[in-house]
Amino acid sequence: MRLQLSPAVGEEIRAHGARGYPHEVCGALLGRQVAADGNGDAALREVTALLPLENRRDDSPRNRFSVAPEDVLRAERAAEASSLELLGWYHSHPDHPARPSEFDREHAWPWYSYVILSVAEREPGEMTSWRLADDRSGYAAERIELG
Amino acid sequence: MAVKVIIPTPLRPYAGKHDHVDVAANTVGEALSSLIAQHGDLRRHLYQDDGRLRSFVNVYVNDDDIRYLQKEATPLKDGDTISIVPSIAGGSTGNPACAAFALPRTAPPGLAVPPMES
Repeated sequence: MRLQLSPAVGEEIRAHGARGYPHEVCGALLGRQVAADGNGDAALREVTALLPLENRRDDSPRNRFSVAPEDVLRAERAAEASSLELLGWYHSHPDHPARPSEFDREHAWPWYSYVILSVAEREPGEMTSWRLADDRSGYAAERIELG
Repeated sequence: MAVKVIIPTPLRPYAGKHDHVDVAANTVGEALSSLIAQHGDLRRHLYQDDGRLRSFVNVYVNDDDIRYLQKEATPLKDGDTISIVPSIAGGSTGNPACAAFALPRTAPPGLAVPPMES
């Protein structure tokens, strides 16, 4: 599975993560399913636009994020208005690696791409992408391609 | 009552790729049961092991969140539309296992880089 981010999209996620530090930031990934979906290497998604969203977890914003259902609907409408698909979500892990936590897994939906950006001391670092397994047991890594 | 259940994109692969499923039901709970009877793979994504709806699964009847109605006992009428709307959540830490991944804020003394010798 591959997730292609345009250079502008990659830079925007990194800038958003740095700007929001030490809080987690989040947003929607909009784009297109370019090639056959599934778990194989042929599966390719292209993210061409972002919709930065408000982190609704104001009680614990340093290690939690939440996107309210009305924001999910807003992201779906934004995708539709641009003839794009809502492909998934990004969020930052301030001072933690770009690996999904158990909390991430428990709350994840299948199919969506979940991009995680590590931000250490305000410096954006590693960015990874994941998809939940069908049986919810874990994640499969999705290769990020910039270009 | 004949009602329509709108399936969100991430769950369509588990619902025969349909964007909606028509069911006959008198309450929201019955409608969801009927949906799962038709598409069993949806169960694990909608319900916890204890049979309760997952907290990030939001169910609306027309424009109203069932949490503010009668939850799964909310009655339905012919032509109602039930929407399953995701909320998205996550975060960097959640249990001790994840703490193992935590980045050190400062290098432990044993890993300090020694000064270069001239």
